[in-house]
Amino acid sequence: MAMLETKNLGISFGGLRAVDEFNLTVERGQLYGLIGPNGAGKTTVFNLLTGVYAPTTGGFFLEGKSLAGKTPLEINRCGIARTFQNIRLFKEMSVIDNVKVGLHNAANYSIFDGLFMLPRYAREEKELQTRARELLDVFGLDGERDYLASNLPYGKQRKLEIARALATSPKLLLLDEPAAGMNPQETAELMETICFVRDHFDMTILLIEHDMKLVSGICEQVTVLNFGTTLAQGQTAEVLADPRVVRAYLGE
Amino acid sequence: MKTRLQRLLPLAGAALLYGVILLLMATKVLPRSYQQMLPTICTYIIMAVSLNLVVGFLGDLSLGHAAFYAVGAYVGGMILRYLTAIPFGVRVIVAIAAAAAVAFVIGGAFLYFVRKLHGDYLAIVTLAFGEFVRSIVKIIPGTGGSAGLTDIPTIAAGAFPIKYIKAFSWSYVIMVISIFLIVNLIRSRHGRAIMAVRDNSIAAASVGINVSRCRIVTFAIAALFAGIAGVLYAANTAAVNPADFDYNVSIEVLVMVVLGGMGNIGGSIIATIILVALPKVLLDAAQYRLLIYAIALIAMMMLNANPRFTAFKRRVSEKTSKFVKSLGRGRD
Ligand SMILES: Nc1ncnc2c1ncn2[C@@H]1O[C@H](COP(=O)(O)OP(=O)(O)OP(=O)(O)O)[C@@H](O)[C@H]1O
Ligand SMILES: [Mg+2]
Repeated sequence: MAMLETKNLGISFGGLRAVDEFNLTVERGQLYGLIGPNGAGKTTVFNLLTGVYAPTTGGFFLEGKSLAGKTPLEINRCGIARTFQNIRLFKEMSVIDNVKVGLHNAANYSIFDGLFMLPRYAREEKELQTRARELLDVFGLDGERDYLASNLPYGKQRKLEIARALATSPKLLLLDEPAAGMNPQETAELMETICFVRDHFDMTILLIEHDMKLVSGICEQVTVLNFGTTLAQGQTAEVLADPRVVRAYLGE
Repeated sequence: MKTRLQRLLPLAGAALLYGVILLLMATKVLPRSYQQMLPTICTYIIMAVSLNLVVGFLGDLSLGHAAFYAVGAYVGGMILRYLTAIPFGVRVIVAIAAAAAVAFVIGGAFLYFVRKLHGDYLAIVTLAFGEFVRSIVKIIPGTGGSAGLTDIPTIAAGAFPIKYIKAFSWSYVIMVISIFLIVNLIRSRHGRAIMAVRDNSIAAASVGINVSRCRIVTFAIAALFAGIAGVLYAANTAAVNPADFDYNVSIEVLVMVVLGGMGNIGGSIIATIILVALPKVLLDAAQYRLLIYAIALIAMMMLNANPRFTAFKRRVSEKTSKFVKSLGRGRD
């Protein structure tokens, strides 16, 4: 069974058909790219897949389970986690606490345990600390764990968002322009990290990206969106060579 | 990450402070008028710290914290006044437990019904709720109506300074426990969820935080502590009146939170002490209290907007935390 399958997914904002007849199948363990010019509807697809918007048509399935119409909270608990194009960190919290928020549901102790610092609280908090540091280590952020999230440089903020999303132990990870604002060196590092995450956490990843070097470097398959409709779909190298795709990017 | 033992350190500090204040009271070094003020300070500190939970940590503006204060004062006051069959000591505990429970339920239920509201809209509804509670109280039998509930048995009995020592002691103990619990809440996974909702509720939901539930529970817990503060008020003053809980009280407490710094517990405590004590210190200037508030508020806002002042504050807090860490080193 496919990890993610969308069937004729679509949404309209007033008269604007932002996403139309969107069909996509991402297999388990795949690294899949979603590309297209500005305003094509890529982020809107993510917002549909994470319950920020409810689809006006069609549906989508995670390992066969229909998730359309569920809330962002429910969808995260079903196993989809994401990052945001316009970074949404918990700015006034420390780097490690950002990750620990992602680990919220990995612990079980009650409010009562916490209020009185009961043994269960102490034990589970210790585990959370270890797990959070392991995750930060993957992204080379452990040294900055006590900084305020807003004090991290831009590229590291993007990495922290990925760490936080991973902390929820998802089956499917959605990355919205993870390399935006990074220099070529940082992007190269990020590509390695994304591959590491896929292999190490046995993760399925769907990512939006404008940086074609990143897309052709790590994505096995891509879908190209243009004005809300699917322009091309398939093996990355073939799709990127498709004249229609080149035209959509460069204009007529 | 601080160990549990390190987190108990402030309790030792609180015990030490208690001893010092007690000494000052017993030797009458602290004048009568100041001794009289101490229970009020304890009560207001609980109010400010619990409101900070909502305003500073959850990021919702509440202008009706006095509503839960009133609930606690009336529930506690009525239990102390009417359940005379129960021995007094036990009655106090029953009063606190009942006031806390009722305030908790009302606080949670209130936010449950208005959970779709945020920002200014929520602020207006909390303001209205405060006035609503005040008028409802008047028509409930046994509350004494507009005249208020009088003859509440009080803990503060005996001659000076015994009377004030008693009033201060139980208020102080309850205040310390309240602060301790609120700090523990903030340092738990639930506290992190609260701050996550404040910083970015969309992101919080995206990582599995139930935003509505988090807001409801936070309001309920803040109300619980305001309810406990209400019992302190009732038992220390021996009389409660609907006029004691008008929106001015909510605003006063909010000023303490804002002055002390949103999300800063220590700040709330210091600001409360200053704001309660200041009018006494400037006894003759008492009628200008609100004016002083306004000026202080504006001054603090301007100071907080000054990058050099904020840098200074950060340096001080870094130094203090380093110092605290060095205290805990080598233990546990
Ligand atoms: N909530 C909304 N209400 C109305 N229109 C919206 C809304 N969200 C997105 N749109 C519109 O839908 C279209 C697709 O937007 P979307 O953000 O998905 O593009 P994108 O492919 O992510 O672009 P970019 O590469 O610039 O991030 C745009 O025309 C946008 O204005
Ligand atoms: Mg986008």
